Amino acid sequence: MVETKGPTGSPHGPAPSLWPLGFAIGLTVVLVGLVIGSWSAAAVGAVLMVAFGFIWVRDVVSGGEAEAASAVTPAAVPAEYVVDDEELETYGRGTFLGLTTLGLGGVITGLVALPVTGFAVLPAFVGQGTDDIDIGPIDDYPEGEFVVATFLSDPEQGEVSRRTAYVRNNGAKDGRPSFTILSNRCVHLGCPVQVNGLSLEDQKKVAKVEGGPSVELTPTQAASGFGCPCHGGQYDTEGNRTAGPPVRALDRYRFVIRDGRLVLADPYSVGRVDGKGADAVIRAYDWVNPSVHVDGPESILYPLEPPH
Amino acid sequence: MATTAPRKRKQPKLVTLVNYPLDWLEERSGIVGGVKYFLFRNVPRDSSWWHTLGSATLTAFLVQVGTGVILAFYYKPDPDKAYQSIQQITNDLTLGWLVRGMHRWGASVFIILMFFHMARVFLFGAYKYPRELNWIVGAALLITGMLEGFTGYLLPWDQTAYWATVVGVNINASAPFLGPFLAQFLRGGAEIGTNTLSIWYSLHMLLIPGALFALIGLHLYLVTRLGVSSPPWSKVAAGRERPPEQPNGRAGLTRGGRR
Repeated sequence: MVETKGPTGSPHGPAPSLWPLGFAIGLTVVLVGLVIGSWSAAAVGAVLMVAFGFIWVRDVVSGGEAEAASAVTPAAVPAEYVVDDEELETYGRGTFLGLTTLGLGGVITGLVALPVTGFAVLPAFVGQGTDDIDIGPIDDYPEGEFVVATFLSDPEQGEVSRRTAYVRNNGAKDGRPSFTILSNRCVHLGCPVQVNGLSLEDQKKVAKVEGGPSVELTPTQAASGFGCPCHGGQYDTEGNRTAGPPVRALDRYRFVIRDGRLVLADPYSVGRVDGKGADAVIRAYDWVNPSVHVDGPESILYPLEPPH
Repeated sequence: MATTAPRKRKQPKLVTLVNYPLDWLEERSGIVGGVKYFLFRNVPRDSSWWHTLGSATLTAFLVQVGTGVILAFYYKPDPDKAYQSIQQITNDLTLGWLVRGMHRWGASVFIILMFFHMARVFLFGAYKYPRELNWIVGAALLITGMLEGFTGYLLPWDQTAYWATVVGVNINASAPFLGPFLAQFLRGGAEIGTNTLSIWYSLHMLLIPGALFALIGLHLYLVTRLGVSSPPWSKVAAGRERPPEQPNGRAGLTRGGRR
């Protein structure tokens, strides 16, 4: 009971209460805990839910009686309303059976609904991520120019998983090869950015990976950056935003070189890139969705990321 | 009337023939009376063509249901086949172009009529007491209807559909806190893949239409219960006395008995 003093404007409905809010927060914590796979968070949420739910229910149940009790003192009750205690059946068989039916029904509903809900939601969040992607011998990537590489990010899914990366061989730095590998997905809303420069379609090469899907390589010339056709986002050759609505720099791929072949590993998100090519200093973050801020004050709006 | 009140004089044979099954049904279910109560209820004398926009929206929805069910006969929600099946429906199957066109343009008609209906209700002040709840249900219908449009747009699986959906899902992802989770749920994974199309197909033809049916039922129930409002310029309604104030503070619309 938050407010009991004085008559209120609305005769119906309980007084405003914060307990449902606590209950809702507990529920949210449970769901978030389940999604990010943190059992401790789910347990904390469950405890919150039970505690606040109990207080809430107690408040609702006792609210009317408490008000009536405070308004009418026992002395003021007329004699004809006073019932002999022995005639009052406080907890009858019907009540018991009714509550048992409700409770059992609730348990059965929960047993059926929980796994179904889990199947509806969890496959999108569990077991994500793809294997490394072989995109051909490094000799196919001339130094200093971007090559448009399209490949299957998940060969089991087929063509629907075809993605594009802009790959530039930066030459060797301290005897180690360096590549700049930008994802073509605009970090505004995910449209495919295009090369601002010549795309040499007639020199397109299809590099067949042994036993695997095809990788198409299209060289480019004099690329001055990248532009998005959807909403006009512009990026420079390091993927830094130069104009338009994107909120960070273009995503990149980590890479390894195996037997002279370039292999893409996980994608990652980039706040900003200082410097160029092999000397670039990259502010790297775990991969996040387009339009999600990774640095700056706005990033606190995205405290949790689903498992990718 | 003929179904409920038995008549003294002899009926023509044809009338008896029509009435017999209706009487049979009414006696066992009361459904004839229910339908008559729904269809032949009183409306204000000065209700006009403006009041037909809601029925028009319902008709557009039923057209979407009918054409959608038939399109589902031939559509294949598989990334390798979806586009080809749409081409087949449009170019090869007899009258497929017509039914797909009805569904495709009818979707726009449905949304536009919803907005017209909403504008009518707003400008007539028909959302006011005691019809606020029906306005809220209508708003939920608008959102659900637009979700139908959003999910249906992906199904042709052409470039426009694909990239519009990429952008739409990423707009969801840009919502703070839970946005990325919502986007990942809609994609059926971290990336758009083989399951995305079938998930959206299922949402488009099972879950969201079910919600629409339920909400429309609630909407119509409230229309029937609360009655149709007069236009704001109504002379009929203007001269009438307010219903007497009820002890519980209600205006008397929820009294028992016939209105």
